[in-house]
Amino acid sequence: MSERRLTTHLAKPAAAGIAIVVLLLVPLYFDASWTIIGVFSMGAAIAAIGLTILSGSAGQLSLAHAAFMAVGAYAYAFFAGVRGDEHYAGLGLPPLAAAVLAVVVAGIAGLAFSPVAARLRGFYLGVSTIGLVFIAQWVMKDAARLTGGVNGRSVEPLTVGGFELSGSNPTHQLTVLGVPFGGTERLWYVSLLLLLAAIVAAARILHARPGRALKLVRDNESAAAAMGISVQRAKATAFILSSAFAGVGGVLFALASNFIGSGNFDLLVSMSYLAMVVIGGLGSVGGAVAGAVFVMALPLLLNKFSDSIPFLAAPGSNGYTAGVVAQIVYGVVVVAVIIGRPEGVASFFRTSRRAPAAGRLPTPSPARQTL
Amino acid sequence: MQLFAQQLLLGVSLGAIYALVALSFTTIFQGTKVFNLAQGTVMLLGIFVAAQAAPHTGFWLAALIGLAAGAIATVVIWGLTLAARGSSHLTMTIMTMGVQVVLVSELTRRIGSDFLTTKDPWGASVWHLAGVGIPAARVWAIIVAIVLVGVFFWALRSTPWGAAMRASSEDPVTAELLGISERRVASAAWLIGGVLAVVAGIFLAAAPNPGLDYTSHLVALSAIPAVVIGGLDSSEGAVVGGLIVGVVQGLVTGYAGHYSFLGADIGAVTPYILMVVVLLVKPHGLFGSKEVARV
Repeated sequence: MSERRLTTHLAKPAAAGIAIVVLLLVPLYFDASWTIIGVFSMGAAIAAIGLTILSGSAGQLSLAHAAFMAVGAYAYAFFAGVRGDEHYAGLGLPPLAAAVLAVVVAGIAGLAFSPVAARLRGFYLGVSTIGLVFIAQWVMKDAARLTGGVNGRSVEPLTVGGFELSGSNPTHQLTVLGVPFGGTERLWYVSLLLLLAAIVAAARILHARPGRALKLVRDNESAAAAMGISVQRAKATAFILSSAFAGVGGVLFALASNFIGSGNFDLLVSMSYLAMVVIGGLGSVGGAVAGAVFVMALPLLLNKFSDSIPFLAAPGSNGYTAGVVAQIVYGVVVVAVIIGRPEGVASFFRTSRRAPAAGRLPTPSPARQTL
Repeated sequence: MQLFAQQLLLGVSLGAIYALVALSFTTIFQGTKVFNLAQGTVMLLGIFVAAQAAPHTGFWLAALIGLAAGAIATVVIWGLTLAARGSSHLTMTIMTMGVQVVLVSELTRRIGSDFLTTKDPWGASVWHLAGVGIPAARVWAIIVAIVLVGVFFWALRSTPWGAAMRASSEDPVTAELLGISERRVASAAWLIGGVLAVVAGIFLAAAPNPGLDYTSHLVALSAIPAVVIGGLDSSEGAVVGGLIVGVVQGLVTGYAGHYSFLGADIGAVTPYILMVVVLLVKPHGLFGSKEVARV
């Protein structure tokens, strides 16, 4: 028994170590058309971790995640943007400072919504967050100097001390083991570093005092209040954390695509983030990462192979394009996962000692059933 | 003044349409405690089917076929939520989001850049009431909404189904113990939800709109603020909320030209801003029942 426990104890860090080494080697063996898929997936994974803290642990359904990602992405574009540009507003800050500030602004946006969020529960919150997406869309389309309006705006590359870490054509050449490292390869390592930091941070939050407080608030607000937990503050904290993670995801998305538009952050995008955490299993950090990689990488991979997949139509036509097929697939997977395994794919890897319902949204107890 | 009366009237007619959509949300929510996020796409599906049928069958039969399509769609979604029995109602709500993603992808693909019209008999004709012009379709929208809402409330108050529905919404466990079939209540609620959404869609596709395009499922979501403002589980709230949202949106759209710094889309986003403001003051909407935690 103890021997078995020891091996399971060692298995997790060992697997994580191997995964990190493999991920570190990827840009050496795959070209930029592959690594960019990874960069998008890792950015999505960070944002999805934020949502799983909010929905899985705090039990707050949010369809506004894309709106908070948009705040992060546009805030970065604004802070790092060239000062005095005739089309777009910009502050011309160093990109690294701009990125940090953008995440702070996204967190503040979460704080700004928390007076509403902290008082609402379940359906009212989920439904009202849809409003945030539309309000964000309106700002994106009409605040043209800030956002580029319907046309979107381009994004300055990330630099540290003049050395570019992203962008389509870095001025500083860099070659590692004979492989030229362009913007995408460099951004891969930035994303990987941030993803690891996000995973560690989320695990520390969820498995320590704040996470346990959030779970108790989810399961029984009265009990939580009786234990001395400030329910409103716990909910507000969850919202701020989740939107800050969304901000990081948004900044990475902006850096990876070099260009952002309102279509990148619409309701369907919000829904895809909820789909990621549901597919992975609500409340599970690993599940959120897996779900994010699945939902984000699927359309990109299908697109990459669209020439060799016979039933796929060309992009832009009204046949079954990669994007349409990917959406149908993840929609079906959401329905199938909820019918088959409400705890998501993460439950496949969990041992039965844990309560299987740990990742579910709460079933309201009879006492709270009147909404 | 002319503009005010014009926009007020248009707003009321839009509000009547929103009231129907809002009622479709609340009926399903009352019947089964699931908030159907795919409701906007059910509406679009009904109109898509009707638009395919209309050139061959004419408006009335096409409308009936569209209504049937909407009803079938909601009943199928209900069936899917039944398959996930044991999950919380919030999880079932997320499942309807999965259905929404699938349906909207397929419909977007099929609709392409078309505008769906049902070849309605009102066309572009305009009625003049005291110097104010209003499209005939919108007059009929108001009349139909009044009739449907009237019938709905009569049924809710005076028929055995209505009594069962109210009992089940109030306290599902006791209702079940008293021999009220949850299945019957739920199936009727989803059926009515699908039909009401498509009725609203028929009027949304008519003048002054050019028809429904692939983004129109989002227009139906404008009824969500109406639902939230009225209270998720309140039929009266849905109707009042629908009218409030319609009138405010109508007026804001009408006067948007005077406040150009607010941007061109301010009319479309007003319902959501209004919703957030109402929620700050009344977290359960105007008529929604409060959540009481018993310890």
